[in-house]
This record gives sequence, structure tokens and C-alpha cells, in this order.
Amino acid sequence: MDITELREHLCGQYPDLCPLFSIEFGDGVLLVTSDRLHAAARDLKDLGFDRLGMVTAVDFGEEFELVYRLQSREMRAGIFVKTRVPRDEPRIDSVNDLWAAANWQEREVYDMFGIVFDGHPDLRRILLTDDWVGYPLRKDYENPTIIRRPDYL
Amino acid sequence: MIEPQDTPTDQAAPALPDLDCAPDVVMPEVIYEGDNTIVNIGPSHPSTHGVCRVIVELDGEIVRHAEPVIGHLHRGIEKMAENRTYLQVVPLTDRLDYVGSMYANWAYCRAVERLAGIRVPERAEYIRVIVCELQRIASHMMAIGPAGADTGATSAFMYTFWQRELVVDLFESLCGARLTYNYVRPGGVSFDLPDGWIEKCREFVAQHPAAMLEIDRFLFGNVIFRARTKGIGVLDADDAVSWGASGPVARGSGVDWDLRRDDPYSVYPRFDFSIPVGDNGDVYDRTRVRLWEAIESCRIIGQALDGLAEFEPGTIKADGMPRLLAPRPGDAYDHIESARGSLGVYLVSDGSVRPYRMKVRSPAFCNLALLPLVSEGYTLSDLVVILGSLDPVFGEVDR
Repeated sequence: MDITELREHLCGQYPDLCPLFSIEFGDGVLLVTSDRLHAAARDLKDLGFDRLGMVTAVDFGEEFELVYRLQSREMRAGIFVKTRVPRDEPRIDSVNDLWAAANWQEREVYDMFGIVFDGHPDLRRILLTDDWVGYPLRKDYENPTIIRRPDYL
Repeated sequence: MIEPQDTPTDQAAPALPDLDCAPDVVMPEVIYEGDNTIVNIGPSHPSTHGVCRVIVELDGEIVRHAEPVIGHLHRGIEKMAENRTYLQVVPLTDRLDYVGSMYANWAYCRAVERLAGIRVPERAEYIRVIVCELQRIASHMMAIGPAGADTGATSAFMYTFWQRELVVDLFESLCGARLTYNYVRPGGVSFDLPDGWIEKCREFVAQHPAAMLEIDRFLFGNVIFRARTKGIGVLDADDAVSWGASGPVARGSGVDWDLRRDDPYSVYPRFDFSIPVGDNGDVYDRTRVRLWEAIESCRIIGQALDGLAEFEPGTIKADGMPRLLAPRPGDAYDHIESARGSLGVYLVSDGSVRPYRMKVRSPAFCNLALLPLVSEGYTLSDLVVILGSLDPVFGEVDR
């Protein structure tokens, strides 16, 4: 299955999302709602995306965007799965049961953004200490040791 | 007569500032029941290959569980990048993988180039391939030598460090730095090759495979080293894929996956090289894959030096590069095969001169997550060997 066949398959599976599926530089981007993320991830895994390359999040103010990058060795393709969770209740289903790689990566997202992964077996802070206050990669994070570089440009 | 000093004993002690460090997470209450011993190694035990702490549960000498505790070298590079312009981030990427700085430079620059739509001159691409393959050799020397030292064969350390020294000398004459190069920049590289550099590089490439074969004979053929590494820390291919392992850790387990061939970038499709793959997934195979990769890198460098002659000297920077990059709003991801595996950089731009978000997909982080899995059931002395074979660089793990 190559990337164009994959696109047709995904359009059949997710007709409302089809306009959102784009191929950029050989990478597909699939936008799903947060409640369908786990089902979409499972579906993509069954299609041959056997590697979870990256899990990360981006702070967009009212919402966090979660970005998953999956890779298929067989298709030699990569795909992004993106979803958004509200800032006041950041929860999402963990994909740790599909790819063990999600274990540490989701812990890191929890550590940096405070997004809770339901079903994660060991959701603790990973890079920061357990008593750290706040989530540093949120845009509203404040710490007196952070000094803004002057705008001398 | 000396007057007694005023001692402020009657004054009230100044109130301590409110540190506001109430934990916002509830620590799980661990009540340990059993006969096993908990041993804490680190955070900077000399044989832990960096500032890592490992909590080991031991049954006699057998490791029942080993949990890496990371973050001691966390500098918040992803947060710092949000506060700098695109060009100012490049020196930060040097500090990620300080054994292989060129890779992080290159991965970051590729993401910026993809975001801003910059076309890199071919001569610069060839130079990038040459320096990154040299960097792969230098970085693998830092994995093979300590693998010998971990098992007691310290002479291998000297031999591999001599080879690394030659590469570092080449880099020093190229860009003036020996560890953090800041050499690959968005749109090209910072300096063209100096006079006589190509000849020096050819000399290095000519002698390197013989030196590697010598190490192959006296280290990998050594009966003690084989006894200490064969069948130790076995990782099977399915686990390697599921845990997102990449680079020599995955290839040592027989996962034939290398981005240089399977998701070709830059000018790699023009070169003829093979990807060494192990089959047992033990420490021996992981380390030996690195050795053969270093020899393959020499082949790539030789071909790239030949190809370099086609291009006019001096064309190393993209035309029309603005002094201040302000890419389109959007995101971009690019990855390269570093010495440790697939190193990716994900950039989000809001159209301003600073990255809105930078994420480094670090191969060492994903590989280190395997430690509890691969060390279970082996002895405590094997644990250090296994940790070394995963080749974590904590600048990249902790970021």
C-alpha cells in the first residue's frame, strides 16, 4: 500500500475528515477529534504503521495540539496524526497499548504540558523533579529564572 | 581589650521566603515487600556513561528491575529555542548530542529549510554528508571504546580515541571547534573546506578501515569480551520496533531500517553503501554494527569527496538568505539518521522571527527507555555493559 492508496482508504474510513488529509512532502497529515484518536491510531497501526516516532504537543492558547508521528517501514512513509484538547481539561487516551514507545514520550508531554493520558501505566514526571510546580512548555509558564532576551534585532 | 561583637541572638530569625514548592503531583506511596535489595547507582557513577541515575532492584546479583531516572542534564533547550531567532538556535542544538553535534545542527537546519523553503547548494550538501559521516565515525568510537572499557579491556579505548582524535582534528581545522561545531547553518554550511583539507580527509579515510579491522580482531575476537557481551542484553526485533528504537540499537536486533536508505535525504541516494545489520540483538551485535558502520562511512566519505570536485568552491550558502528568517506560519518535521538513530526536529512557526515551538525527537531518549526491558535477568555487572551498548548521550536524552 502506498501513500495515495492510504489516502483513499482513510477517506473511506473517515469521510468527514477527508478534506483535512493532506500529503506534504510525502507525509500525510490526519486531523482527528480527541475522542477518535485512539481508534484512528489503532486503525493506522493495523494498516502497517508499526513505529511511533514522536509524540509532542503545542500550546495554542485555548487548546493544546497533540502531534503524533507514525512511520511505516513497509510503505516507507510517515504520517502525522494531530488532535486538539481543551486547555481547561487536557485529557486524551494513551496509545501506550499500541506502541510501547509512547510510554516515555507521553510522560514527557505530561511533564512539559500537563496533558493527562488516560490509561497510561506510569504517568509521572520524567525530566523534571516530582515536586516541580507548573508545566514549563506552556506559554503562560512563569519562572523568575527565565529572562526574556532583549529585542535588539 | 576586645569588645565582644554584637551577636544578634535576641533578634528574631528572618522569615524564610515562601518557596512555593508544594508538590502538585501525589507521589505514589511505594511500600516495598520482598527480599530483593534496592541499589541506587548514580547520578554520576563513572561507568554510567553520563549523568544518569539507575535504581536497580537486585535479587542477589541478578537485576530484577532497573529504572533509569533521567533529567539531571535538562537545560530546557526546547523552551530556550522559543526565545531566540532561528539562527540563534543553531548553537543550542550543538549542546544536544555533544558527541555528535553535527547531526543536531543538520536535523535542525533541515527543518528550518523545509519550513522556509530554502534550497541548499549541492556543494554544501556534499560537505554536510562528509562532515556527518566523519561525525558518525567519531561518535561510534565513543561507543566502541567504552564498550571495551566496561568489560575491562581498556586498550580498545586508547585505539578508538586515537581515531576520534584524528576526526576532531579535521573538524578543528574546518571550523575551529573540537566539540560544539555550529558548522551546519540554515541554507548551507558556515565555511568552505580550507586548503589541503580534502587530502587530510583522504588520508584519514584511507587508514581508518584498517584500524577498525584491527579493533575487530583484538576486541571482538577477544574471548573475554565475547564472553561478557554475547547473549547479554538481548533485544528482539519486535520489541525494538514497538519501543521506537532506532539506529545501531535497532539494527543490532535485525531491524533493517536506516533513514539514509529508507527515507533518503540530501544526496545519499547517489552513494553506494550497505547497512550492517546484526541478528542476535545482544550487546556484541549492537557494538559490532557500529564498527562496521564506521567502515561503511569511510566508503561514503570517499565517494562524496570525489563528487565534491564537480562543484565550484565557495558555493556553500543558499542565495538570497535573509539575515533574519521569518518563515511561513505552519509546521515542519525533518529527520536524519544520526549515530544513535533517527533524530528529528519538529518546528512550529507563527510567522515571527522566533520558533513558536521546537521539539527534538531524540533517538537516545527512545533507546534508553529500553533499559528496563533489556537488563532484566542479567547481573549487575552486565547492567553497565548493557547501558553502554544503548549508547545514550545525556545531553540529548535530557535536552
